[in-house]
Amino acid sequence: MDERKALLEVQHLRKYFPIKSGMFRTEYVQAVEDVTFTLYAGETLGIVGESGCGKSTLGRSILRLHEPTSGKVIYDGTVIYDGEKKTQISMLPYRKRMQIIFQDPSASLDPRMTVGEIVGEALSVHRPDLKGKAYRARINELLETVGLNSEHSNRFPHEFSGGQQQRVGIARALAAEPEFIVCDEPISALDVSIQSQVVNMLEDLQKERSLTYLFIAHDISVVRHISNRIGVMYLGQMVELAESYELCSAPLHPYTQSLLSAVPLPDPDKTRARQRTILEGDVPSPLHPPTGCRFHTRCPYATEECAKSAPEWKEHRPGHFASCHKL
Amino acid sequence: MESKKLLEIKDLKVSFYTPAGEVKAVDGISYDLNEHEVMGIVGESGSGKSVEAYSIIGLLQDPGKVIGGSIRFDGEDILAYTPDQMRQFRGNKVSMIFQNPMTCLNPVYTIGDQLMEALTCHNKNVSKKEAWDRAVEMLELVGINNAEKRMKQYPHEFSGGMRQRAMIAMALICSPKLLIADEPTTALDVTIQAQILELMKDIQKKTGMAIVFITHNLGVVAEVCDRVSVMYAGHIVEQGSVSDIFYRPAHPYTKGLLRSMPRVDELEHERLIPIEGTPVDLLDPPAGCAFGPRCEHCMKVCLKKPRPLWRWETTAILRPAGCT
Repeated sequence: MDERKALLEVQHLRKYFPIKSGMFRTEYVQAVEDVTFTLYAGETLGIVGESGCGKSTLGRSILRLHEPTSGKVIYDGTVIYDGEKKTQISMLPYRKRMQIIFQDPSASLDPRMTVGEIVGEALSVHRPDLKGKAYRARINELLETVGLNSEHSNRFPHEFSGGQQQRVGIARALAAEPEFIVCDEPISALDVSIQSQVVNMLEDLQKERSLTYLFIAHDISVVRHISNRIGVMYLGQMVELAESYELCSAPLHPYTQSLLSAVPLPDPDKTRARQRTILEGDVPSPLHPPTGCRFHTRCPYATEECAKSAPEWKEHRPGHFASCHKL
Repeated sequence: MESKKLLEIKDLKVSFYTPAGEVKAVDGISYDLNEHEVMGIVGESGSGKSVEAYSIIGLLQDPGKVIGGSIRFDGEDILAYTPDQMRQFRGNKVSMIFQNPMTCLNPVYTIGDQLMEALTCHNKNVSKKEAWDRAVEMLELVGINNAEKRMKQYPHEFSGGMRQRAMIAMALICSPKLLIADEPTTALDVTIQAQILELMKDIQKKTGMAIVFITHNLGVVAEVCDRVSVMYAGHIVEQGSVSDIFYRPAHPYTKGLLRSMPRVDELEHERLIPIEGTPVDLLDPPAGCAFGPRCEHCMKVCLKKPRPLWRWETTAILRPAGCT
């Protein structure tokens, strides 16, 4: 276990968004609450959860695209954020190493720039040494890496299909030659037949360039496919973290269990035959999260204890973390 | 089981006349739907699955136009209906639920008002008291607690799953024979999706209505449907019972879709087998089979011949699959 090199360590990370309510009162949306995990070099860690569980905020806070509220982020041995000591280092050298792919390619690509300019902009920031011919050659090379060709560099994003736009987004992220990429729902906006193309490409790129991914998605079957380990989030907290096979075959936390049983399988006999735990109610608001265990309002096994005290984040089996009183 | 045909669609063609040219959104599809049956329509965005549904319920908007074929409901040709007849037909016999409930509910009326309006505008002789009682009953049927209190609330006070429940209540308040569900769970989270699917299955069993279930999610289809039509670029490429489609797919597109999906119950890491290429541009569709350019079994004849005809395959059940 410990032989693997930890690339990223996130400790007790919190991100609260202030909301004005009334003239003097400010309330906070607790988007990410006390999340701790380690990401090893070369692996893919999947983050799943329903909308509003804070998975995207987590990804962005790690990159300091949102400034975290408290906690600690250590990247490759360097503290890039420390809430207590107010460490504020310049992120520019790290931006080169840590990149992000966004969910909606049509919204994240500037409609007035050609694809060549979009990829080139990232290149000119991180590789100012490249000029003229070498610069253009590099852009074409990047486009070819993601399955586009050099003719495409003079076109605008709207001329591409959703899948191709996402490829441009990936080329842009690769321009800086990063070692770590946050993939924030990179395929949810794409059609089913295109999703698998992009998934395969991400896997190939990872092999070629030994990339490390933080793969954020709401679709657990995709996450299961691409990730080595999976973290499940609920209402800002991570409730379970384990190897993907183990998480899907022997989930410990009741939320993970119900999440897995809620996914419809493309197999009529199996999906109709299986026992399902259907959760009652809706996800509570992160503005006023429930006391104690945040899941207790919907948990089928909840007891009084669950409403009172928050469960501890513990390692229940080697490499299998969960936070639940019942374990 | 011998059951009555409720909906018969024959060679339906719908085109959109856009400034850039004619878009054949639906290009000659046919199917029958029996009473009490749940038909799934699967396809990617732009395959024409929603357009087809909108033309059944007469909600097709300019520049879209039905240019050929027929739609018969209970033996009557609904394309020949006058706008007045259409209004009676909608809601009473067929109703629809949509993908995004927030955009379909009026934000300035209470849920109760909207539910009661759906009833009173179709049945003029219902009193206000009766309408109220019926609306409360419907809300209870779709699993909304405190229905009396909820009736006085506005859509923004409901969560996403609750709104979809309210939409379902509204669609069912006149007890239609057919419900068209256009991606009813796509905007919802999986745990809420499971709730809504369970609810729809339950209500279908209780009321015995037929459902046309439009979705792009094959898992959802496997869960709720009896029969499935797979659409690609305005055509139905394959149609069959749910077990035929999932266990014995015939068309390369169906096979490809099933193969390209990662599954949560997969045992080992297998590389996904994607369908290569990009979806067709409907402004400039390929000459032959629409799926031809992306098909791994594509032959020369596929690219030339206008369109593969439906063929009855002699497996366990006869079924058409549009491939040569």
